Amino acid sequence: MSNAAASRNIPTRGAAAGLRFFGYALLALALMWIDQRGGWLDSVRFALQAAAYPLQMALASPAAAWQWTRATFEQREALQSENAALRARIRELELLALRRADLERENRELRNLRLAAADVASQWLTTRVIAEDLNRLRQRYTVDRGAMHGVRKGQAVIAGAGLIGQALRVGPWSTEVILLSDPEHAVPVQIVRTGQRTLALGTGREGELTLPLLPLQTDVREGDLLVTSGLGGVFPAGYPVATVSRVRRDGGSPLAQVEARSTAKIDRDRVVAFLWFKPAHPAAPAPALTPR
Amino acid sequence: MILTVRKRLALTTLAAFVLQVLPLPSWLATIRPPFAVIAVIFWSLIAPRVGGVGLGFLVGLALDVYRGVIFGQHALALAFVAYITARQHLIVRNKTMFEQTLFVALMVVAYETLTWSIDGFTGHATGGWMRWLPVLVAPLLWPLTASWQAHENRARR
Repeated sequence: MSNAAASRNIPTRGAAAGLRFFGYALLALALMWIDQRGGWLDSVRFALQAAAYPLQMALASPAAAWQWTRATFEQREALQSENAALRARIRELELLALRRADLERENRELRNLRLAAADVASQWLTTRVIAEDLNRLRQRYTVDRGAMHGVRKGQAVIAGAGLIGQALRVGPWSTEVILLSDPEHAVPVQIVRTGQRTLALGTGREGELTLPLLPLQTDVREGDLLVTSGLGGVFPAGYPVATVSRVRRDGGSPLAQVEARSTAKIDRDRVVAFLWFKPAHPAAPAPALTPR
Repeated sequence: MILTVRKRLALTTLAAFVLQVLPLPSWLATIRPPFAVIAVIFWSLIAPRVGGVGLGFLVGLALDVYRGVIFGQHALALAFVAYITARQHLIVRNKTMFEQTLFVALMVVAYETLTWSIDGFTGHATGGWMRWLPVLVAPLLWPLTASWQAHENRARR
């Protein structure tokens, strides 16, 4: 058989193998150089992301099937009680909404600002997490909505309890979302209690952030809520990001060591939403100062 | 039905690739063995003419695409690993299982060092000491491939 012959234990000729490796290595280096330099490979990436989508869906399907099965066989009583709880919650929210409409009207009159009338977000697109890459180097989700659904790079992504990340690489039907806790991610935040602005950086551990740029004497305490400050041109202002979980002040360092936990449960949220906001709204993200 | 070497190689490598990219909880992902790297080393050792530098490059490129990292990073690292393994396959194949395991550890060190350097050069996060856990985990898996090695050797005789 020819295949067997091809794999028989014949020592490869050193020079030929070396040359082949040299060629492949050169190719890899060229790819890296082009990829790092400019956007030439972006369209290739877009196509490849589409090619990877079926595999991602296939790999995510066992988990999805398990969840579906569990949901199907969930006890009737559990569903009924959940239903009742949800009804109560809806009533509560309806009352809140009534009150809010009233407040909005009042606010509009007081400030004579038509823009303040509505929420900064104009549109949502909910999407399901189909793959996750959670480790010390990368904290990413892949979700099943992409350019075909209008998603853009840099779009804010929220989960139930707060901000969760932003769209990083947009494919035709899927998008890679970089999470707040990715070590390469930073979000401009504001401490609600004091108004102090700073950056919250990811740590590579699920849901854990660090605030490395606060001077020693900053007024910050455990339990302080951090919201987006609206600076940086990506996130609208006022969305909850994290709560301060630990503050350490070492005499030896000029900066306080502050850790925070994201309000969104990063290892648990399976449904997230892309956010569109009104550019003219006062809480819309300030345009970035440096053009890209 | 006996599959040809090429088919066995393609199937096992694909399976290894799936295992390497399968979404897992964070703590499991941290200690996950680098299955694709082990597959490349295995086939470069057993059938260096079929799987070798080219196989390493392809699997690496697939990893780059799937993970969305810079194109060529894992391709370069795995092509290097495959090249050294194929180059030394006659020597390594005759070593004891323990010595082979040490060789695998060394190859994983080379692989991690290359990807780590490229991460650093291109301005990405390089991670803490946990990044190097595969160096300990991969060799643990290697003795498991022994029976398959014997099978492959028999099949070829």
